[in-house]
Amino acid sequence: MYAITRATEIADKIFEFWITAPHVARHARAGQFVVLRIDEQGERIPLTISAVEDDRIRVVFMAVGKTTTQLSSLRAGDAIRDVAGPLGKPSEIERYGTCMVIGGGVGIACTPIIAQELKEAGNRVVGVIGARNESLLILEDELRAACDELVVCTDDGSRGFHGFPADILKQRLEEDAPEAVWIIGPAIMMKITSGATKPYGVKTFVSLNPIMVDGTGMCGSCRVTVGGETKFACVDGPEFDAHLVDFDELMQRQRIYTAQEKEAMERYHEHTCRCAEGEARHE
Amino acid sequence: MSKRPAQERIRDFGEVDLGLSAEEAVAEASRCLQCKKPTCVEGCPVTIDIPQFLEQIAAGDFREAARTIKQENMLPAICGRVCPQETQCEGVCILGVKDRPISIGSLERFVADWEYDHGVELPGVAPSTGKRVAVVGSGPAGLTAAAELARAGHSVTIFESLHEAGGVLTYGIPSFRLPKDVVAREIEQVLALGVDLKLNHLVGRSVPVDELLGFDAVVLGTGAGLPYFMRIEGENLNGVYSANEYLTRVNLMHADRFPDFDTPVVRASRVAVVGAGNVAMDAARVARRLGAKVFLVYRRREEDFPARAAEIENAKEEGIEFVTCANPVRILGGPTVTGIECVRMEMCEPDRSGRPTPRPIEGSSFALDVDVVIEAIGQGPNPLLLHLIPGLAIGERGNVEVDDEGRTSLARVYAAGDVATGAATVIWAMGAAKQAAQRAARAIEKMLEES
Ligand SMILES: Cc1cc2nc3c(=O)[nH]c(=O)nc-3n(C[C@H](O)[C@H](O)[C@H](O)COP(=O)(O)OP(=O)(O)OC[C@H]3O[C@@H](n4cnc5c(N)ncnc54)[C@H](O)[C@@H]3O)c2cc1C
Ligand SMILES: Cc1cc2nc3c(=O)[nH]c(=O)nc-3n(C[C@H](O)[C@H](O)[C@H](O)COP(=O)(O)OP(=O)(O)OC[C@H]3O[C@@H](n4cnc5c(N)ncnc54)[C@H](O)[C@@H]3O)c2cc1C
Ligand code: SF4
Ligand code: SF4
Ligand code: FES
Repeated sequence: MYAITRATEIADKIFEFWITAPHVARHARAGQFVVLRIDEQGERIPLTISAVEDDRIRVVFMAVGKTTTQLSSLRAGDAIRDVAGPLGKPSEIERYGTCMVIGGGVGIACTPIIAQELKEAGNRVVGVIGARNESLLILEDELRAACDELVVCTDDGSRGFHGFPADILKQRLEEDAPEAVWIIGPAIMMKITSGATKPYGVKTFVSLNPIMVDGTGMCGSCRVTVGGETKFACVDGPEFDAHLVDFDELMQRQRIYTAQEKEAMERYHEHTCRCAEGEARHE
Repeated sequence: MSKRPAQERIRDFGEVDLGLSAEEAVAEASRCLQCKKPTCVEGCPVTIDIPQFLEQIAAGDFREAARTIKQENMLPAICGRVCPQETQCEGVCILGVKDRPISIGSLERFVADWEYDHGVELPGVAPSTGKRVAVVGSGPAGLTAAAELARAGHSVTIFESLHEAGGVLTYGIPSFRLPKDVVAREIEQVLALGVDLKLNHLVGRSVPVDELLGFDAVVLGTGAGLPYFMRIEGENLNGVYSANEYLTRVNLMHADRFPDFDTPVVRASRVAVVGAGNVAMDAARVARRLGAKVFLVYRRREEDFPARAAEIENAKEEGIEFVTCANPVRILGGPTVTGIECVRMEMCEPDRSGRPTPRPIEGSSFALDVDVVIEAIGQGPNPLLLHLIPGLAIGERGNVEVDDEGRTSLARVYAAGDVATGAATVIWAMGAAKQAAQRAARAIEKMLEES
């Protein structure tokens, strides 16, 4: 069992958990993830390692379905049955020159650790984060501290630049193009945003999030097409050269279980409602 | 040994073979001729003293029979169920020449189950040597090596990347052939020897290679878990699985019990399984139990199926339809699978293996309407860890190169099981692991003498 030492809701439906997992914390690097299973009935789900402190790791996740919603109901002092990792290849940290690290939505969670490592390797790091509105912006101060410069965007203009990170990226590509770019967020955002760097031939990494099971290269559930070849995102990635990724296939494969996910979620709600009613009656 | 009727068993994941009663076991064991030169023992990769344990069963002394078996084999309830006995011990039993060989596997299973019901005896463990051994992987190879080295007094740690031990025994072979409580209880016995099991540890990532090589000896038992794909069009459509994924979702994650368990699997009404080995049979029979009409597609003839005869028979009884001399060329659909296109094959001159080579017949393509395709065309060693170990010699097929005693190109590093041989069998993995462990133990002994 792996203890949760801190559990906070940092934005609407976005949670920050600190989990004691020494075997992961000891060797975790930027870009890597864990696979966790809440309990005996649980599904194995991947979450990016967003920070490390002593023998604890941080994950930041959005409650989108059954597992993440159940996870969000846990509190400090509770424990998770299994945490495997660190998994996946670390980010390709080198001395590039100027780098841009772009996070969208909950994908912002993965950016500070990458920015930090890039900075330590001697790069000038520009961070760009974007969310639908101000209330969904997370880890802003942390990322600012890790970057030389930070640009904040919101889709509705409630804070910072009114627009998308892609707009900022396009501007910079014209003015003072970065040598390498990381883009992390929903698949559609990564697809669109990475399209901007393609004509400039700027090295661009995206972190792919296909459905996974083992996370060790044993099942092939996570297969993605990169440069016309099938790759297993859990061991060959999760970061790949954005310009070679077949995003449409990725998005299609993410929807394999839509019907079952809905069923699981409805059942979970029914169950938690009934429990809540039960508790109310006891009071 | 009696079997549950097909119509009953396709509705659940309960064991198909029911095992022997004590009377049946005694009667069967009594048929053994007690050969002076027992060929059966040569057929067993871990050289169990078969005539001796059969004699003990015949005399009704099941406790002694269990002791005899466990001298050589720590996982008898597993091997008794899944060994391909017809090509091993039973295949060379002298009684098979004229009549029916002794059912050695069933008897081994009987004794192991009897022992479990009547109290398990653990083998002795030598005094501690203070030496540390790392075993990577908890499949049959890893478990066997761990047991062997722990008994020799070494302090053994098994690292396993999944959340449960057992390797293919746990995630691959379905419970209707190998119940998971049987696997769990035999693993328990290995751990009871003082072996430390670290789950959720992917060696190469959770345990860096320099840390691994810091142990006094290392045994690699990481198996052949990397699934191959056919590389045909449509392979990444929704509803195409590797057998590994399909079986893992059901056996390890219990997708058959969704939504009580959270992991889903596509519930199809019609499924095509590509391949005809044991893995394909297992995948087909699992799909059948999930309620599908199942086609098993293979490019050669039925007599060429590589699976065990008994499993082919079981699959047939359960209503799996064999589509032979057919080779998939394309998976149809988008975004989900709607069918699989195949071409008819004709059999031509024998190839190097002596089997006729299949050749596509021009213009013979046809499609099967299915909504799930499961590929069971083979698997190789997972390259992840192997490529991280500097200087480890890797063979052409991605396997770790070893000598007869399981030694790799690196001192103090041994390898056994599927990672060294490519996909093979449980008992071959165990036999090789025992050898490697004994070699490692001798090397440590020498180290101790010299220091
Ligand atoms: C390498 C990697 C890193 C990730 N890091 C983060 C992170 O840091 N924060 C975060 O909020 N999310 C992250 N995700 C996505 C996260 O794993 C999914 O949100 C989660 O699995 C959803 O599970 P659920 O049961 O709550 O939702 P469901 O209702 O089951 O699914 C919602 C959606 O999540 C995806 N999903 C479902 N099951 C899996 C699975 N087993 N593996 C991967 N995706 C799945 C599907 O596309 C699905 O449509 C990551 C995914 C990957 C592959
Ligand atoms: C579906 C199926 C059915 C089969 N049926 C039969 C049968 O009926 N009879 C028979 O004799 N054989 C059968 N086999 C073959 C048999 O299961 C294998 O030959 C045997 O399991 C090999 O044992 P192993 O210990 O070498 O590897 P595995 O059983 O594959 O175990 C390897 C273990 O190592 C772990 N691992 C891998 N890499 C790492 C790492 N870097 N760090 C930590 N852990 C790691 C894996 O998670 C796994 O648990 C079948 C195989 C399959 C897939
Ligand atoms: S371990 Fe396998 S090969 Fe050996 S005697 Fe038992 S069933 Fe036969
Ligand atoms: S070969 Fe057959 S008959 Fe002879 S000892 Fe072995 S099991 Fe008995
Ligand atoms: S998740 Fe199974 S191979 Fe990547």
